[in-house]
Amino acid sequence: MTALSDQPKAKHGFRLSMLIYDKRYRSITIQIVALILLFTAFGWLFNNAAMNLAKLGKPLSFGFLSQPSGYDINQRLIEYNSTMTHARAALVGILNTLLVAVLGCITATFIGVSVGVLRLSKNWIVSRLMGFYIEGLRNVPILLWIVLSMAIFIEMLPRPSAFRGANATATMYLNDSVAFTNRGFYIPKPIFNAGSSIDVIVFLLSLVAIWFFGRWAKKRQENSGDILPTFWIKLAIFFIPSIIVFYLSGQPISLSYPALTGFNFTGGFHLRNSLIALWLALSFYTATYIAEAVRAGVQSVSKGQTEAAFALGLRPGRTMQLVVLPQALRVIIPPMISQYLNLTKNSSLAIAVGYMDVTGTLGGITLNQTGREMESLLLLMGVYLTISLTVSLVMNWYNNSIKLKER
Amino acid sequence: MSDVSYVRTKMLDEMAPPVSQVGPIRWARENLFSSVTNSVLTLLAIWFIYSLLAATLPWIVFSSFSANSLGECRTAIRDAYGADATGACWSVIRERYLQLLFGFYPSESYWRPILALVLMLVAIGPILFEGLPRKMLIFSGLYPFVGFFLLWGGTVWLPVTILLGFVIAYFATTMLGKVIGSLGAVIAAILLPVIWWLFLAGPVAYGLHAIVPIGLVPIESARFGGFLLSIVIGVTGIVLSLPIGVLLALGRRSDLFVVRTICIGFIEFIRGVPLITLLFVASTLLNYFLPPGTTFDIVLRVMIMVTLFSSAYMAEVIRGGLAALPRGQYEAANALGMDYWKSMRLIIMPQALKISIPSIVGIFIGLFKDTTLVSIIGLMDPLGLSTAIRANAAWNGIVWELYGFIALMFFIFCFSMSRYSMYLERKLQTGH
Repeated sequence: MTALSDQPKAKHGFRLSMLIYDKRYRSITIQIVALILLFTAFGWLFNNAAMNLAKLGKPLSFGFLSQPSGYDINQRLIEYNSTMTHARAALVGILNTLLVAVLGCITATFIGVSVGVLRLSKNWIVSRLMGFYIEGLRNVPILLWIVLSMAIFIEMLPRPSAFRGANATATMYLNDSVAFTNRGFYIPKPIFNAGSSIDVIVFLLSLVAIWFFGRWAKKRQENSGDILPTFWIKLAIFFIPSIIVFYLSGQPISLSYPALTGFNFTGGFHLRNSLIALWLALSFYTATYIAEAVRAGVQSVSKGQTEAAFALGLRPGRTMQLVVLPQALRVIIPPMISQYLNLTKNSSLAIAVGYMDVTGTLGGITLNQTGREMESLLLLMGVYLTISLTVSLVMNWYNNSIKLKER
Repeated sequence: MSDVSYVRTKMLDEMAPPVSQVGPIRWARENLFSSVTNSVLTLLAIWFIYSLLAATLPWIVFSSFSANSLGECRTAIRDAYGADATGACWSVIRERYLQLLFGFYPSESYWRPILALVLMLVAIGPILFEGLPRKMLIFSGLYPFVGFFLLWGGTVWLPVTILLGFVIAYFATTMLGKVIGSLGAVIAAILLPVIWWLFLAGPVAYGLHAIVPIGLVPIESARFGGFLLSIVIGVTGIVLSLPIGVLLALGRRSDLFVVRTICIGFIEFIRGVPLITLLFVASTLLNYFLPPGTTFDIVLRVMIMVTLFSSAYMAEVIRGGLAALPRGQYEAANALGMDYWKSMRLIIMPQALKISIPSIVGIFIGLFKDTTLVSIIGLMDPLGLSTAIRANAAWNGIVWELYGFIALMFFIFCFSMSRYSMYLERKLQTGH
């Protein structure tokens, strides 16, 4: 018998090759190498950028934001003129982005849900029509729709001068209160006179009341089984108190109607064509994706659920509301979130039609006037990142709150 | 026994169902007029379709092909079809369709993009359709170089020497592995080709060209335009983003904290900003990040940014494919004793990529549509050209014909691709 002379030596001590071949250290090695590579790459890029910028004589500085901008923005939500700063211009742009994004999301949801439901309808012709709409719009670039709607507005709508005179070729709509012209849409604008604050407060209070009533009605139904006609009662709460107070307080809110004076319309709200074109194109385009999400969601609820609800004696409307939709929502919400984000990001295409969103102000005129590409684009990306992350945080929170609670 | 019976001995023939219960009438009752709401919807839809057709059909038919400007065209239509006829001026398409397809690519070289497109279809055939012979994948691998050579021209030796870099990398992994260990081989496989491309490929290519001058007329990217540009940018973006996307997806699922954080940071950053800001970076900023004095043309810069953009989306799609694989596949690969890269290369990735193909096609459709954004930074894609055409005095004021044509082209491309991906999804579903 030979003694086992080549017994493995006790492994102690650290050898350099263990950094690569020992599983305990390898992951740390890889991560450190990755970090070093990343920092080298970033360092190289930043070094190049610093050298290039220094050579051009514009080292990184955000001082230009406090200089006067010197350009006008025709569509704005807050006070702004060309003597105000670039920062203010950027803020106007951000608000414009948010405006078109919010408007777009609301209309896109509305259109998308209706189209998605109609697409599922048993009515052959309607579901085909919706299919054509969905496939026709989503297979063509959004930028084309934006540019096309703008071109239609500019080329096809009448000039303001066409509304003038005895033999005017264009007419205003809705009792002379709305005008569609190639310079934009003019709609009546509410004017809040003295004493109107009561009306506004009552209106807001009635909204609160609707919310409380909804909660109370739900609780009552859960306790007693009685179902109230909540929709009609809510509608009544929405309108009646506000209208009563409006007349009691002497009609303090009036409308300013657009009227043709000289070469253009004055009075009322002036919605620029660029806003409308962008808004319509974004909503109708995004709606096709939402419609598909809705359809997939409703189809994901198994037929047994509907049949069970019918067997319990629920009417189709309540089946949809209480059984199908809550289950479908879980499938619908995640793609809907990404569509809202897409819409917000696509709103940056405003620059193609001259709507002054944040891309048009900060990333457009401010960038070109000051020549501060680096700073402007960093800020611009920061704005969009913030918006995207906020929206996805909020929507994910909402998604979690309606998620199936498994026990 | 009499033959009188009190029950019927012969079955009666079946009666035809009532008229309202057969054929088109029954179908219409069930599908179109089953309830009041349904009937209203049907009538509304019919009215809508009728008014759409009534507005567009005469416009399409009463058209002019031969005019040379919008004004001329309108007069021609009025002369031919009466004073108040309005028709389409298809002449703008007749005059400009070559430009919309090829941009300012020299007309005597149109065969090159066409051949490149045909070869591209041949190259993606084996990837998209299982029935084709597997040997064709070799051609798919070579196609990027063939396509590059056909489109940009220049000496044939440049793509050949670039291809040689990959050959070097291949031999470095297979041959050197036995000599200096697998890790050394991987490092060599990365370093050697890079050294080759940076320092040797160029001189070798020009040296070879001096000896054996084979080549095509070089065409700079500034002359690319129209759908040619869209397809080139879209296809390059997708092809180049595939390997990056795979790496990012693996990194995002990795256990290594630093690697995972880097990948998540990159993916979420790219997905959080609009493509147009990245294109602004391409047009104004990218040169700043390179050593002073480096400049290269805008189409190449756009391609880089588009590739980065789509690689983030690609990574998410592939991550979905990875997540969809049953755990058993990972465990089986481990049980066979494969290391990470081997199991990924041989077991996981082939399956994950196969599952992801429909979504990858979806990304491609999105990217192809998004290539229109390059018109904002001044490239001559179909939309950029349409702006130029509408600014031309002869065609000032034209809307529907031009945009309709571009929209139709995009629709044909994207719709057929989306149908393909749906077909694929159905085919893949039968596996379960």
